[in-house]
Amino acid sequence: MAHIQLKNISKIFGNHTALTGLDLDIADGEFFVLLGETGAGKTTTLRLIAGLEKPSGGQVFIDGVDVAAWGAAERDVALVLQQYSLYPRYTVRENLEFPLKPKIRRLPDAEIKDRVDRAARTLRIEHLLDRKTDRLSGGEMQRVSIGRAIVRKPRVFLMDEPLSALDAKLREALRTELKNLQMQLGATFLFVTHDQIEAMSMGDKVGVLNHGRIIQTGTPHEIYNNPRDTYVASFVGSPPMNLIDGKLVNGRAVMAPLNFELPFSAGAKTFAGAGTSAATEGRPLVFGIRPEDVYLESGAPVEARVHDVENHGVEKILTLRVGDTMLRATVPARTDVAIEQPVRFAWNPDKVVLFDKGSGVSLRHAS
Amino acid sequence: MAAVRTGGEIALNRIAIVAVLVVMIVFLAPIYWIASTAFKPRALATTVPPTVLFQPELTPFVKLFTKRVQQTKPVDPATYAAAPWWEKAVYDGGERILKVGDSPQLSPYPDRFVNSLIIAISSTLLAVSMGTLTAYGFSRFKVKGEADLLFFILSTRMLPPVVVAIPMYLMYRAVGLNDTHIGLIILYTAFNLSFSVWLMKGFMDEIPKEYEEAALVDGYTRMQAFFKIVLPEAATGIAATAVFCFITAWNEYAFALIMTNRRAQTAPPFIPSQVGSGLTDWTVIAAGTVLFLLPVAIFTFLLRNHLLRGMSFGAIRK
Repeated sequence: MAHIQLKNISKIFGNHTALTGLDLDIADGEFFVLLGETGAGKTTTLRLIAGLEKPSGGQVFIDGVDVAAWGAAERDVALVLQQYSLYPRYTVRENLEFPLKPKIRRLPDAEIKDRVDRAARTLRIEHLLDRKTDRLSGGEMQRVSIGRAIVRKPRVFLMDEPLSALDAKLREALRTELKNLQMQLGATFLFVTHDQIEAMSMGDKVGVLNHGRIIQTGTPHEIYNNPRDTYVASFVGSPPMNLIDGKLVNGRAVMAPLNFELPFSAGAKTFAGAGTSAATEGRPLVFGIRPEDVYLESGAPVEARVHDVENHGVEKILTLRVGDTMLRATVPARTDVAIEQPVRFAWNPDKVVLFDKGSGVSLRHAS
Repeated sequence: MAAVRTGGEIALNRIAIVAVLVVMIVFLAPIYWIASTAFKPRALATTVPPTVLFQPELTPFVKLFTKRVQQTKPVDPATYAAAPWWEKAVYDGGERILKVGDSPQLSPYPDRFVNSLIIAISSTLLAVSMGTLTAYGFSRFKVKGEADLLFFILSTRMLPPVVVAIPMYLMYRAVGLNDTHIGLIILYTAFNLSFSVWLMKGFMDEIPKEYEEAALVDGYTRMQAFFKIVLPEAATGIAATAVFCFITAWNEYAFALIMTNRRAQTAPPFIPSQVGSGLTDWTVIAAGTVLFLLPVAIFTFLLRNHLLRGMSFGAIRK
């Protein structure tokens, strides 16, 4: 088990900058999720920790030791990939034994057998042990792949979108399993994904990565409710946070360009660290509001038309149209609306997040 | 697959079978001709039209392996009666087997054949192993000027090799490599290397690098990962490359003719040299050719399972 630290890491491939000034701190026994879109630099970060790439600048520490000079073999990390992580010519058992047999840390046969059996039991793949890996289903393959990682008892588990290639049902099941496994082992996990649901549901901590930079690190709750900027706000959450241009006029939110008005509570919480309302009054802002904090009410201040209805069973996601502005609202499934029907809506003023229009940074973070 | 077929499909299928048969006959006819000639009595070898039905005999093979001289006078009946069947066959053809003491003298053919085997196998092993390592390097690491280097390697193939035969001969003579096994091995390895690198590069690129990286992370060195993971995965490609290299080295004629004359001479220049020895015995040449075909046929047959996948250059890989 280990504590992982990246300090001011940069990585340049030819003329492409993959990572810049990346700092990361993963506590011992933490389930850390690195969330970002394709090409954000997630996999590169993982490979740097694994020792498969060398950073162009900055340092990687494992348990406080700078591991720059260590090869992949010496770092004692385990890697689970989205695919191709099993050796195709080997049986499941041989695959599980493989990490225990390198010259630098060859274990005695009895120990190998014991560890393989235990891992197989944990992952419920005992019946597959003598099967060739090309005769496994996708879910079984990923189980074996995780098995290959846990037999070694590595210092840290690195997982590169291990669930992305699986179908939805299986993904959900393995998500829970993986999280349980991590708690059971008490191991340090670095889990890379582009799927914000995975990030939110599994992570103790989430780091949002965009264009090679960490935008925000925090608990899923912090990331969701207090996004650092409009990128995080629109990336995390499904549907994402509504972002509407506007400004504050006399303590009310006035949306440009349509000038519809919504109440705004200038509560101390919202403005913590952002100075007085005088500083924000009249300044171009982006108002962020989660769809579940937008509600329909007959006496509500703004009229809109229902542009689209998505029925999700427990709830409905409405797209509301005010002029050209589209707004998502999550409403209970029993709400009876039809497309093009006029409705009135309001928002929960306590939940509004203000972002600076120019920089996109949340006023709560811009202290 | 549906078991039900329409009449049209059946007809098409039949046409395809007929077409395949025709092509097969065209390709196999020369081989049949040479093989049948190898078992013909000498008198029937050059008849026009060709003799199709004949009593097959092994005389051409006996002659292939022995040194003979033309008989000037009829053989002594007592000697003839005491001779084994294979010697009688030679006497019947008006020739006599040369002997040292009581044992017959062998012709140079077995030596030439062994030369061919030594040279073709060694150069194939060298070309394939060097090619595999080079291809792995090009495939997995950032090599400065990779495209130029690969083009340079390929460019050695852009010129008919015979063009450089004379300078090569002079150089070989200067360093004492002519008529040596090692000389031909070097030459054929150089021929095949460019081909081997390019072919293996294609196969290496197809092997996901994740396999080795998993091994690296699991505590193996790059070399161990290469031997344990990459090499077994590349087996198909290696087999296909080896067959191509072996065929090239085995069949090479021009350089063998120029660079060797005795000690290291291979079978291809030797077999037709029989043509020039006054009396052309086509049956002996045919016998030499048939035996010469066997190693390639056997080698290809042994690797057939790999070839089926290898020749398609990975197109069928899932």
